[in-house]
Amino acid sequence: MTNISCTLFAVPGASPGPLFLARRALGWLALLLVVGMLARPAAAAESTSFEQALGHLATANFKQKERAVGELLDARHANTRAVLNALLEGTLYYRKDDRRVFIAAAQDASLRLLDPLTMSDAGTAEASDYTKITTNNQLRKTLKSALASFDLADPDANVRLAAVNELMRSLDADSVSILRARQSSEKNDAVRTAISTGLAIADLDSADAAVRLAAVEQLEGSLNPEAFNRLSALVTKADDGSYAEPDENVRNAARAALNEIDNWRSFYRTLETLFFGLSLGSVLVLAAIGLAITFGVMGVINMAHGELMMLGAYTTYVIQLLMPQHIGASVLVAIPVAFLVAGGVGVLIERGIMRFLYGRPLETLLATFGVSLVLQQIVRDIFTANNRPVETPAWMAGSLQINEAFSITYNRLYVVLFMLIVFAILQLVLKKTSLGLKVRAVAQNRAMAKSMGVRTEWVDALTFGLGSGIAGVAGVALSQLTNVGPNLGQSYIIDSFMVVVFGGVGNLWGTLIGGMSLGVVNQALEPYAGAVLAKILVLIALILFIQRRPRGLFPQKGRAAEN
Amino acid sequence: MQTSHPAIRLLAGERGTQVFLALLLTVGVAAPIMHLAFPEGSALHLSSYTMTLMGKYMTYALLAIAVDLVWGYCGILSLGHAAFFALGGYAMGMYLMRQIGTRGVYGDPVLPDFMVFLNWQELPWFWHGFDMFWFAALMVIVVPGLLALAFGWLAFRSRVTGVYLSIITQALTYALMLAFFRNDMGFGGNNGLTDFKDILGANINAPGTRVALFVASAVALGLGYLACRYITLSRAGRVVQAIRDAESRTRFIGYRVESYKLWVFAFSAVLAGIAGALYVPQVGIINPSEFQPINSIEIVIWVAVGGRGTLYGAVAGAVLVNYAKTYFTATIPELWLYALGTLFVIVTLFLPKGVVGLADKFTSREPAARAVTA
Repeated sequence: MTNISCTLFAVPGASPGPLFLARRALGWLALLLVVGMLARPAAAAESTSFEQALGHLATANFKQKERAVGELLDARHANTRAVLNALLEGTLYYRKDDRRVFIAAAQDASLRLLDPLTMSDAGTAEASDYTKITTNNQLRKTLKSALASFDLADPDANVRLAAVNELMRSLDADSVSILRARQSSEKNDAVRTAISTGLAIADLDSADAAVRLAAVEQLEGSLNPEAFNRLSALVTKADDGSYAEPDENVRNAARAALNEIDNWRSFYRTLETLFFGLSLGSVLVLAAIGLAITFGVMGVINMAHGELMMLGAYTTYVIQLLMPQHIGASVLVAIPVAFLVAGGVGVLIERGIMRFLYGRPLETLLATFGVSLVLQQIVRDIFTANNRPVETPAWMAGSLQINEAFSITYNRLYVVLFMLIVFAILQLVLKKTSLGLKVRAVAQNRAMAKSMGVRTEWVDALTFGLGSGIAGVAGVALSQLTNVGPNLGQSYIIDSFMVVVFGGVGNLWGTLIGGMSLGVVNQALEPYAGAVLAKILVLIALILFIQRRPRGLFPQKGRAAEN
Repeated sequence: MQTSHPAIRLLAGERGTQVFLALLLTVGVAAPIMHLAFPEGSALHLSSYTMTLMGKYMTYALLAIAVDLVWGYCGILSLGHAAFFALGGYAMGMYLMRQIGTRGVYGDPVLPDFMVFLNWQELPWFWHGFDMFWFAALMVIVVPGLLALAFGWLAFRSRVTGVYLSIITQALTYALMLAFFRNDMGFGGNNGLTDFKDILGANINAPGTRVALFVASAVALGLGYLACRYITLSRAGRVVQAIRDAESRTRFIGYRVESYKLWVFAFSAVLAGIAGALYVPQVGIINPSEFQPINSIEIVIWVAVGGRGTLYGAVAGAVLVNYAKTYFTATIPELWLYALGTLFVIVTLFLPKGVVGLADKFTSREPAARAVTA
C-alpha cells in the first residue's frame, strides 16, 4: 500500500489538489468494492443504502452526483455496475414528479423503463415526464475507472483484458493504482502482461531515471501501440534540439526497444500477409478445383463454371431466407444443397450440350459460354440485378486476436480450413473409390478405358456433375466473402482458369499449390503495387510462365498427355 | 486456276465472295447518296443514325474477318481480338483527344480534360505525336501488330495451342482491361476518351464527315476482305490451313509452323486495330469496357454464326448478330442475353458451318465439300 502512494505522489506535475484527492478516494472506494463484491452477496441493508444513493443521483449538481456514485459503490449492490454503466452511456433517467431513477431505452417519443433495484421491466412511459441524468467529463472519467475496476474482478479473462486495455487508454494515478492492486492477484498470463505493460507505460513518466530505464526495458518487444507511441515520443527531437527524455541512457534503451518492436511488427506483418495470401489462395483453389476436374478429365473448357459458383452463392441466400431463425446453421445446410443444385445443373449441361461436342473443345467453350449468359440472366430475372445480402453467421464473425499486432479473422480462417476439407474429400473420392478409379482411367486414356468396359458416358456425366457440385460448394464460401450478384461468377472465372493452367491440368495437387502461390504472390505484391496493378503483374507473370512451361507446374505425364 | 491472274483468282470461283463484294459496293455507294441527296422526310432518305449504325457494323465485320482468318483458317481461337480492336481504337481516340485543343471544359491547349482534372502538369511521353494524324494512323497498325508479334512469338514458339492459347489470350485482354481502368495509366480511366470534336480538320458530327467515315469503313472492309482472301488463296495460306487441320504433320513435313502462325496472327491483329480505329470516331467514345473478355467471345460467336473459314460468313455473322443485338436491346433488352446465350448453344450444336453453310446446303447442287474442323 505504501508503494502505491509513493508512485501516486511521484507522478510529475500532478499537484494533489482537492479534486485529485476526491478522485483518488473514489479509486479506493472502487477497490474496496471489488474486494467486497467478491467476498459476500448483497444484503437487505445494502439494498436500502443503494436505493438512497440512487435517489441522490436525481439532481443537476455534478458534485452531488459524484458523491452519489461514491455511495453507490459503497452500497455494494449487485446492480451497481449496471447503474453506473447506464449513467456513463446516458441511459439513466429520473421521473420528474417523484425523482425515482430508472434505466431506460428511448423508443421514439417514449421510454422503455427498467427498475434498477430489481432489473425488471417497469413498462413504458412518456419521455417528457423524465429527465436524463447527465454527466460531465470529470464524472465520466470516474465512472470509467469504477467500471474498469468492476471488470477487473470479472471471472472472464477476456473481460479483464478489455478492462486493462480500457484503463491503459487513459492512464492516471487512479488507474495505475487499480492496475497495481490487480497485478499480484492476476492469474491469467495475457492479463498480467497487459497490466505490466500498462504500469511500465505509466512508469515512463517517473522522475527517477532508473525507474524509467526499467520501464523502457519492460516495454522492449511489447506490441502495444500505446507503448510504441510513448517510446517514440521519448526519442523524438524537439525543434530546439532537446528531447522529451533528458537521460541519454534511457533514450538509447528506448531506441533499442523501438528497434525490437519494429522487428516484431514487421515479422507479424509478414505473417499477416502470408495468412491473407493463403486465404485468398484458398478461395482461388476452391474456385478452380472443380474446373480442374472437368478440364483435366474431359479436356473440356466449362465457361459456365463461374455461374455454377454463383448458383451456389444464391443457394446460400435462399436457404437463409428459408430459415431466418438459424443463420448459424444455414451455411452448413447450404453446403450439401449447393452441391446438389450446381451438380444437377452441371449434369444437365453435360447431358444436354457437352456430350454432343466431345472432341471439339473450342466449341464446348462457346456453348458453355452461352449457358453462362443464360444462367446470369435467369438469376437477374429471379433475384434482380442487385447484390443480395447474405448474412454471416455469428460463429464466423470476429477475429482471433493472437496479439496486438496480429489477428486472424475467422471467416478467412474458415475458408482455409474449408478448402482443405474439400480438397481432402476430393482426393479421397478420386483415389479410393471405384468412381475415382474410372475417372482417372478415362482421363488417362479414354479409348482404352472404354474397351475395358468403363461406361465413359456415365463417367463423363458424373465427373462433370462432381466438378460443378464443387463449384457450387465454392459458391457457398464465396457468399461469405464477396457480394452475391449476377456477376459473381465472371469475376472469378479467369482467375480459376489461370490457377488450373498454372498448376497443370489433371493434377489436383498442382491446383492446390498453384492457387496458394498465386494468392500469396498477389497479396505480397499488393502493398507495393496496389491491388489492380498486383493482379495485372500476376497475370503477365502467368502468361510468361505458360510460355516456359506450357503444361503448367505439374504436367501430366505419359502418352495420353500429348494433346 | 493456278495460272490465272491473281486478281481474277481473288474474285472468281466463289459465289459468296462475289455476292459480298457486290453488296458492299452497292451499300457503299447507295447509302451516302441516300443520306446526302435526299431531304429528310423523303422515303429514300437514310437517317444519320442508320448510316452510323451501318458504318459501325462494317467495322465489326472487319473485326470478324480478322478473327475468321486466325480461327477459321489457322485454328487459333483467339479470345484477345477485342484487345487489338480496343488498342487501335485508343490510338485513334488519342488523336481525336489532341484535336479538341482549347475547346475542352478546362480549355487547356495541350492536356486533355481528364489530365487537367487529375492535376497533371505535362503530357505523358506516350501521348506525344498523337496530334499528327499520320502518327496516330501508324500507331493504329504498329501497337496491335507489335503486341500480337510479341505475344504470338512467345506463345507459338513454346507450342501453346488449343484451349491453353485461348485462355492466355483471354488473360491478356483481362490484364489490359484492368490496366486501362486505372486512372494513372493516362488513358482516361473508366471514362475513357470521348467528347471528340474534329477529325482531320472536319467536324466529326457533320453529315459529310459521317459519310466519309462510312465510306472509309466500307473501303477498309473491302480491302481487308481482299487481303485476307489473297492470303488464304496463296501458297502460305494453304500451309496455314494445313496447320489448322494437322499441325504436327505440317511441322514434320518441314514447314516452320510457328512463323506461319505468328504472321497470320499479327496481320489479323492489325486488321482488328484498323477496325477499332474506324469504330471510335463513329461511335464517339472508347473506354476500357471494350477490353471486356465477353467482347472477344462475342466476336468469335459472330464468326461461328456466320460460318467460319469462309470470310464472307464472318461478315454475314457480324452483321446478323449485331443487327439482332441492336433490335433486342432496343425493344426487349431483358431477352437479349437469353437470345445470345441460346444462339451460342444452337450454333455450336446444330450449325457447325453457320448460316452460310446452311445456305450452301439449300442452294448448292453438289454437297458441300469444305472440311471445317476445330
